[in-house]
Order: sequence, then structure tokens, then C-alpha cells
Amino acid sequence: MAIYLLRRLGLAVITLWLLSVIIFFAGQVLPGDPGRAILGPFAAQSAVINLDRQLGVDRPLITQYWTWISGAVHGDLGISYQYRTPVEPMLVSALANSAKLAVFALILIIPLGILGGVLAALYAGRAVDRIISLSGLSLATVPEFVSGIVVIVIFADGLKLLPASAYPGPGASFGTQLRYLILPVVPLVFEFFGYIARMARAGTIEALESDYARTATLKGLPRPVVIFRHVLRNSLLPTITVIATQVGYLIGGLVVVETLFNYPGVGRLIYNAAMSKDFPMLEAGVLTIGAIYMVATLIADLLNTGLNPRLRTGVAT
Amino acid sequence: MTDILEAPVTDVARAELPSWRLVMRRPGFIVGALILLFWIVCALFGSSFAPHSAYAQQLLATNQPPSAAHWFGTDQLGRDVFSRVLVGARSILLVAPLATLLGTVLGTALGLALGYIGGALDAIVGRLVEAVLAVPAVIVAFLFIVAVGASATTEILVIGFIFTPIIARTVRSAVQVESQLDYLAAARLIGESRRHVMFAEILPNVMPTVLVEFTVRLGYAIFTVATLAFLGFGVNPSTPSWGSDINANYGVIAAGYWWETLFPALAIASLVIAINLVADSIDRVLAG
Repeated sequence: MAIYLLRRLGLAVITLWLLSVIIFFAGQVLPGDPGRAILGPFAAQSAVINLDRQLGVDRPLITQYWTWISGAVHGDLGISYQYRTPVEPMLVSALANSAKLAVFALILIIPLGILGGVLAALYAGRAVDRIISLSGLSLATVPEFVSGIVVIVIFADGLKLLPASAYPGPGASFGTQLRYLILPVVPLVFEFFGYIARMARAGTIEALESDYARTATLKGLPRPVVIFRHVLRNSLLPTITVIATQVGYLIGGLVVVETLFNYPGVGRLIYNAAMSKDFPMLEAGVLTIGAIYMVATLIADLLNTGLNPRLRTGVAT
Repeated sequence: MTDILEAPVTDVARAELPSWRLVMRRPGFIVGALILLFWIVCALFGSSFAPHSAYAQQLLATNQPPSAAHWFGTDQLGRDVFSRVLVGARSILLVAPLATLLGTVLGTALGLALGYIGGALDAIVGRLVEAVLAVPAVIVAFLFIVAVGASATTEILVIGFIFTPIIARTVRSAVQVESQLDYLAAARLIGESRRHVMFAEILPNVMPTVLVEFTVRLGYAIFTVATLAFLGFGVNPSTPSWGSDINANYGVIAAGYWWETLFPALAIASLVIAINLVADSIDRVLAG
């Protein structure tokens, strides 16, 4: 188990390092000179050269990469070109905001998705199943901003029930924050309900058809007991893995949802950084997202191994 | 000798004929294909049957609600929203299928190589793929578009390249299943070249997988193109495009002008749902 864990961790670190190299060198393709971008088109060339030297962007790429990555490992992510302040405090507060949105979304998505999938499996092939499967598939493929606009038009503009922006301003109470987050959460729930329901459905159908489920039924156990004690325990295993891997996609959805609902999270932070060519902010944001995705996948793997002892001894890559 | 070697290939080809008839019989496929056909007709000939010009601004009739003259109302520049929705099908239906095609061709070639040759190449490329997949596709796409500049070609290339590793991964596992089969051992024994084995022997047998992957990815390509346009990475602001029109007008929903964003949004929804109905039907029939 310990060896397996170390192996997984080692692979994750290598992947993360590769990602940092890709981001850093891809970022170098961004056109424009950082000094020029900060000072504007009318600044003197000598001032631009001076600022470039101060920022360290006139050094060889390898040196720049080394400074950046060794700083990042020690928690120093550099200075934002756009705001001229250290990156971490902004990144941390944006991450906290995104986490609120994501956690709220997951609290709704997981039970709804599992419930939908199990229901679809129990009524496999019948109308309930068709409706759940097809609506899940359709909702998952509609871009977040499309469903976001539909809910804004209906609930914020039409019925005037909820605010169309997600951010109540600093210092709002928990209840107010929650109320502002209801509409932004809807597109995220739509996006992921289908995936999770699909996995839960497949797992449940497989478990229902298994020999142990048939034995349980044949020895006269009531159907609820068969379902809750024998089927669900086994069927939800793959679902857990899917939920954790979807965390990465959830972050992709946040870019759109945070832009649409004007919410100061990490998605909008990256978007703004890309638009204003704020390179340190951009690198830090993308690397953080990559790291979160890696950790989520790792946790998924560990949960899966922990819950399914057969995998522990298998060849795991 | 050649007869025996080609037998599996022709068998699969024959087996696919009735399955196409099965696909056509599914109601989901018919509904999806009809909606898709409607948007393709709009993309090709939309400007010739749209009631108004998609470009003409009427600055005295801006933000008009839906009426008999303007079914979907007019936007902030007084342009007819209905006509813009019809003509707007073109940009997305040009970029998304070409990007998907590029990704499918490259991904299939890479998947064949990874699955059949394997070894160190497989391990190294596998790590790179993992690294790229750790960042959401939309973020990767807009980073490159910011770097290179927005154009239809950039969008096709970027989305095609993002899809390549994803499709390669699926094709790779299909190839690994095929590699265990006897006909490949036979092909290797008679000394066929690697390239011939990959493209003439394995490729025809993984085509169903490639086809399903293409239709599924097409849905994602539409999703990505629309999302990029919504985020403001559209090609040209005056060209009618659903995502860009939503980006330009969602700020005035609060003022009550909902029709300027709702109708393009519904158009996107109908297109992706149609493609997924088609993809789902093909997938189910091929899966048996």
C-alpha cells in the first residue's frame, strides 16, 4: 500500500512538473513586452527596458523558469504585473470564493446525481429511465452560460426572485451569500448531474445483475434490503471516482459561471489575467488549478483502492 | 492467404450495414438529425431566407421586444435578432466540425501508434497527455488564442490539438484490445510492415470507436466554440455568432432586454442537444 501510494504521488509530481514547464514556455509565446504592457504605448523605451530589467524578464528563459519554479515551490508566486502586488493573497481569496461556489454545487450535485442514477437503474428501460438519462445527457452538453442565461432571464429578470450577480459584497452574512449563489450553482448542477447519474446508473445495473444480488433476492430478503445493503454498497464505487475526476471540469465551468455572474473567483481571476497579459498571475492560477485536479484524481484513486481491496495488489499505473 | 487476412475486415463492413438501418429507426436519431439538418441549411443559405439583414442597424428601433415584424426582437444596435440567429449558425458549424475532424485524424494516428508500438513512446506521451488534461480545455484554448490572436483558423487548430490526446487515449485502448487478436499475429508473421498493420489491418477494425468518438467530440467542439465566443474570443464582433451575440448583450438582461440573449442561447442548446441525440443513437446501436 505504501509503495503504491508513493508511486502514485511520484507520478503526480512528475505530471505537475511537466505542466509547469508547458505553462511557462507557452506563456512566453504571449505577444508583447511585459514592461510595455504595464507602462502603456506612450512610455519612453528606456523606461520600458528599465522595468523589464526590474521584473527580470530580460534574462534567459531557463533562468527565469528556475527563479519562478523555485519560488513557487516555496510558496512565492511572484508579483502581479497588473496590480503590482504579490500574487498569493489575491489567488488565495479568489480560491476561497471559488471553493464556496464549488462546495455548494457539489452538495447539491452528488445526492441528486446518485439518486437520479439509482432511480434510472431500478426502472431501467422504462420511461423514468429514459427521461433521467436523456435529460441528464442534454443538460450536460449545454454550455454553462446558456443554462445560466436561461435561469437569469426566468428567476432574476422575469420573476425577480433572486439576484443576477453572485457577489453580495464583502462582509455579507452566510444566508445572504447563499442566496446570491443559488443561481450560479444551477448551471454547474446541470453540467454534472448527467455524468454522475450515468455512472451511478451503470454501477447499479451491474450490481443488480450480479450473482450476490440474485442470491439475496432468492433467499427472500425484501427488495429495499437487497438494494440498500447489497447493491448500493458495490454500485457507488465507480461513482466516487467520477465525482473526484469531475472536480477538474468543475473548475473549467467556474471560469464561465464566474464571468457570467460577475463573481470574484479563481476562474475570473485567470480570465482577467489572460486578457491583461498578467503573466505571473496567469501561471500561478493555471498551475494551482492543475495541482487541484491532480490532488482530486489522487484522492479518487485512493478512495477507490481503499474501498476495493482487490485493486491494492494489482498493477496500478 | 489474402482472403483469410481480409476476412475480418469485410465481416465488420457487412455487419455495419444493418446497424445503420437500426440507427435510422431510433426516434432520438430522427429528431436530432432533423434539428441538425435545419441548422446546416441555415448555415449554408441562412442569409438568403432570413427576413431581414443580419448586419443592418436600425438605430431608431433598438432593443425592440419580439413582434410580428421582428419575431425575436432587435438588439442594442437595432439588428434583427431572428435573422442573426439564423445566419449565426454558419460560424459555429464551420469551426466545430473542422476542429473535430482535425482532432480525430491526428488523435486516431497517435492512438494507433501509442497502442501498437507502445513502450517508452507510450509512457512519455501518456505523461504529457495527463499534464495537458489537468487544465480545463476552455482555459488551454483561450490561453493559446490570447497568445496567437483570434481567427477561425486559430480556433480550429487549438480545439483540434486539444482533442488529439483525448481521442488518442480512446483509440489507444481500442487498439490494445485488437492487438491481442489472431489476425494481427498472422499479419506480423507474414512480415507485413508496421505501417501496413496499423493502417490497413487495425484501423478498419477500430473505425466504429473512431466514429462514436467523432460524434461525441463534435458536441464538445460546439460547446467549446460557443463558450470561447461567449468569453469574448470570437472571431469578428459584427459577424453573427451565437456566443458573441450573447457576450455583447448579456449586460442588458437586467434592463429587461432578455430576447437579445435568450434566443441565441436556445439556438446553442438545440444544436448541442441534436448532436448528442445523434451521437447517443449511434453509440447505443454499435454497443448492441
